[in-house]
Amino acid sequence: MEYNYVVIEVKDLTKYYDGFLAVDHINFGVRKGEIFGFLGPNGAGKTTTIRMLTGVLKPSSGEIRIFDMDMQKNMITLKERMGIVPEMANPYIDLTAMQNLMLVGRLYGMRRKEIKERSNEMLRLFGLYEKKDEKVRTFSKGLKQRLSLAMALLPDPELLFLDEPTSGLDVMSARLIKDIIRQENKKGKTIFMSTHNMHDANELCNRIAIINHGKIVAIDTPEKIKKIGEENAVIEISIEPFKFDKSVIKDGKVEIMGDKIKIYAKDADGVIKKVVDYAEKEGLKIISLSTQKPSLEDVFVYLVGGKNE
Amino acid sequence: MSDFIKQIKRSFAIVKKDMVIFYLKGPVVIMGLLFPFFLFAAFLIGRNLSHGYLFVALISMTAFFTSTAVGPTIIPWESRSKTFERLLSSPISITTILFGDMQTSFYFGFIITSLISIVAIFLHIYLNIFIFILAILLALIAFSAMTILMSAYPPTDVPADVMMLSSLLKFTLLFISGIFVPLQKLPWYAKAISSISPLTYLVDALRHAVNIHGYFPLWIDFVALLLFAFVFFFVGMTIHKRVLEKRFT
Repeated sequence: MEYNYVVIEVKDLTKYYDGFLAVDHINFGVRKGEIFGFLGPNGAGKTTTIRMLTGVLKPSSGEIRIFDMDMQKNMITLKERMGIVPEMANPYIDLTAMQNLMLVGRLYGMRRKEIKERSNEMLRLFGLYEKKDEKVRTFSKGLKQRLSLAMALLPDPELLFLDEPTSGLDVMSARLIKDIIRQENKKGKTIFMSTHNMHDANELCNRIAIINHGKIVAIDTPEKIKKIGEENAVIEISIEPFKFDKSVIKDGKVEIMGDKIKIYAKDADGVIKKVVDYAEKEGLKIISLSTQKPSLEDVFVYLVGGKNE
Repeated sequence: MSDFIKQIKRSFAIVKKDMVIFYLKGPVVIMGLLFPFFLFAAFLIGRNLSHGYLFVALISMTAFFTSTAVGPTIIPWESRSKTFERLLSSPISITTILFGDMQTSFYFGFIITSLISIVAIFLHIYLNIFIFILAILLALIAFSAMTILMSAYPPTDVPADVMMLSSLLKFTLLFISGIFVPLQKLPWYAKAISSISPLTYLVDALRHAVNIHGYFPLWIDFVALLLFAFVFFFVGMTIHKRVLEKRFT
């Protein structure tokens, strides 16, 4: 894989919606052949960024260069080299799977014979061939998302934009989509994907950027990003009967997760002592207590402050 | 292939998609087919009008209602079903999308108006076929372009909102366009109001075609229809571009 050539270059990209700053002077580059993950909580600016990168929205300021061409000046030429699965964008429910693919082929200016061949290939790849003449209205969310990705891949683009490709899908559809993303990447396609799913990001992406309040707060490989949080230990405790006073921990972040308490803190030793004291005073039984290295999700929570907008 | 030709070809893909999805939708059938039929029936009953007058009224209403039935709801419907973003991220411009939608309206109007025009044979009326065809084509283009303007504002994703507003506009235009009362019989201020409706010029041109005296010279009817088509499309397109962001917020 060639990682030296930058396919997407974003400089000072900014977007205002009626005075609201949705994307705040962001800068990043995506290299050829990589899977680049774009992570952030709801309302952080992920979809707005993708919409600007795919030419749906015009930036308020800043520059987007794709394949070394200015996006605003070469919109149609560049879109011909991209495949896009927009967030929540459904295929046409009143058309059949085949009609949806034929539509995409025509919009990309493909020849009829080529559209037919590629459509059949895509339908087989995504396990939709048997349903090709059924209206999409009858499809489950997972099948619709498979079709959406099939539509994006139909013109065999060099660059794929996927906005939350596995969000809300059943296990089988999510797994199939992830496998296909890997396969397409191996064939040389550059993939830009936004996701909420830390597991997917960790598993699929060569590099990730984390965006919060319209600003990029971290950008690196998943392993290096995990190191950002290494100075913080994650302590997980289970107590019976379940009860915990958050004010016991003064210099750390406490999250109650079901019947567990998760504490992010620099001084693990001090935190454990305080929790043990508290349990003793209150007559509680400690069922389990463990310290862990922060996962990508832990670092994400740490970086974005643990809140969705 | 030049970019312009590419975009024209791709607009046909939009038309094909629109035809399959929208031509048989309930509101289109009601507003485009049933409504003009009942309106014409109401106009016909109890009036002793010449075949020429009846033919002009029938064809004007048919062309007007059919070509404005589909267009206004396409973009709101696409916004609602989240397919509009898919189109915008395809290698086509918004002008191509709107041009495709405009053609969809045009072809719907053309097919139905052509079928209804066969009535002329049974009514045994005189018809200047050249004037008739040119008037119908120009009017269908103007009315189809008007639907681009109708769908532009407000930038809603509720098709019923647009249907309501467009119906209000369509009925206003219908009643001021000289179908029910010839322009010659209207006071000066009513004539002035009539002149802002594109339907007025179709009715007038069709009266020329069936050898009834028109109010305006024929060339004015044709030029006016052509001007309306350009103005509606370009103003509609400009508004669509301006409000595009609001469809995503």
